[in-house]
Amino acid sequence: MQNKQIFARDIRRIILDQSKRANVGHIGSALSIADIIAALYGNVLRIESPKDPDRDRFVLSKGHAALAVYAALFLKGWLTEEDINTYCVDGSLLGVHPEHALNGIDFSTGSLGQGLPMAAGAALAASLENSSRRVFVLVSDAECNEGSMWEAVMFAAHHKLSNLIAIIDLNGQQAIGYTDEVLKLSPMEKRWQAFDWDVHAVDGHDIAEITETIAGLRTAQDQPHVLIARTTFGKGVSYMENQIKWHYWPMSDPEYQQALAEIGVNTA
Amino acid sequence: MRGAFTKTITELAERDPRVLLLTADLGYMALEPFSDKFPDRFFNVGVAEQNMIGLATGLAEAGFIPFVYSIITFAGLRPYEFIRNGPVLHQSPVRIIGVGGGFEYGAAGSTHHGLEDVGVMRIQPGLTVIAPADHEQTRTAIEKTWDLPQPIFFRLGKDDKTVVPGLNGRFELGRAQTIREGGDILLITMGSVVTEAVAAARILVDFGISSTIMVVASFNPAPVDDLAEALSRFPAAMTVEAHYIVGGIGSLVSEVIAEQGLACKIARCGVRVSPNGIVGSQSYMHQVHGLSGKSLVDTARLLLGEAGEQDISAPLSDVLLPSLDSGK
Repeated sequence: MQNKQIFARDIRRIILDQSKRANVGHIGSALSIADIIAALYGNVLRIESPKDPDRDRFVLSKGHAALAVYAALFLKGWLTEEDINTYCVDGSLLGVHPEHALNGIDFSTGSLGQGLPMAAGAALAASLENSSRRVFVLVSDAECNEGSMWEAVMFAAHHKLSNLIAIIDLNGQQAIGYTDEVLKLSPMEKRWQAFDWDVHAVDGHDIAEITETIAGLRTAQDQPHVLIARTTFGKGVSYMENQIKWHYWPMSDPEYQQALAEIGVNTA
Repeated sequence: MRGAFTKTITELAERDPRVLLLTADLGYMALEPFSDKFPDRFFNVGVAEQNMIGLATGLAEAGFIPFVYSIITFAGLRPYEFIRNGPVLHQSPVRIIGVGGGFEYGAAGSTHHGLEDVGVMRIQPGLTVIAPADHEQTRTAIEKTWDLPQPIFFRLGKDDKTVVPGLNGRFELGRAQTIREGGDILLITMGSVVTEAVAAARILVDFGISSTIMVVASFNPAPVDDLAEALSRFPAAMTVEAHYIVGGIGSLVSEVIAEQGLACKIARCGVRVSPNGIVGSQSYMHQVHGLSGKSLVDTARLLLGEAGEQDISAPLSDVLLPSLDSGK
């Protein structure tokens, strides 16, 4: 399973199918990170098994996009089809936000601003154990509103946690507005540089660029790393792209059919 | 208790490399025995309590046993949701050390008064909550719980001299400790204010009233059986806590009485109103809130139906507390 290619289109398909079946939202947020998740689980993360203590860790700090991760865990073979079909079903471990009790989830998230502190702790643990494992944490841009983010940003830089790689899903949207209008975050690159992180701007929908950028990081010394991944909220589904509504909205039947067609799934 | 804490975990750290100590920039002249001996396992994370709890959650996931330290309001309240979603939700072995329960930082002002910590912590399922009464009990409590796989919250005091007479450092999870036996009234108490309850029991003897005193240090798991057994033997009991009367030991005892259907009337002695900006020494603040030994005597006599003088203005602690401190 380790080398099984994960296709972003498969992730998107699962996001749409499961969101439609469960009649829940957060679709746009999950589509925003589909390519980042594809790069991580397809090419980057070194995980022989989700129980291996020396595996790379992954924290989805923007927990509301967990469906994209469930899709990857399914495509890796760590969740069964039966498992993923319980998304948002009574009694399931697969909720809108991820729970560590689920195989393949390292940390429970869903409260913004908590993932980076936990990831920094996980990176410090690896450092104390002289392990070469790395810790990846995917945060949202609006999550940078949280003060605790910057507490962890300072800690990681001070302790030179170069085994810590943050990825910012810079889609410019938050729950009920656009980030530029709610609380200005730009210039994001300069902010992280000022806190002494190693900053890389990437196209968050270019799997090859994400993969190659991470492969080139010096994870054994100096600074923690951040990929500022420019993304489109709702990427791949035209009527969702850059639309606030699709942070929470579920799809109607026609919207679902259109979405499938637009991501290239033949439903005929 | 701070000194006992540092000494105990320094000894544990010698035996177990998993033990780490994090502080949010507090602990001057308290944590040095550990930081001097294990500089690579000591982290001053800066004034950043939320991050400290997150870091500890990440460290514990990898198998470490992180102790995180600050003044109780900063250690417990500022990062409360991080505690809930981190160590509690993940059931990971993080130890949260809150120093200054009640009015230990009385003169420091309201921001430093720990008056609701037991209440908000003991409602979290799976979070062990421990509030020792003196430094000897602190040591025992840490030694008996340090490698539990689940998280623990400790409410500690600053005092490393006062010894609660009759406690002898005893501690057991889910048990209460009886430190004095008497037949007329039951006093149930926690933390460093236990010394006020002891002072009250001594004065009550002059009124012909003999007291049993139970110390509760284990709040989660709570000593339900011990409390129920004792409460069933008394028509009246008093709870004594340097804590708001809601959520702490008064609430715990009320829950036991109600759930067990016991016929025991209780008086809850604790903080009923916001300090409202008033500062002062610990003993002064105890007087202000009816928690001095003398005030407790008045409440006990009222509870038992005797005439009690309601003089809570006299600075009684100046008379009693030094003698207690030097008594053992």
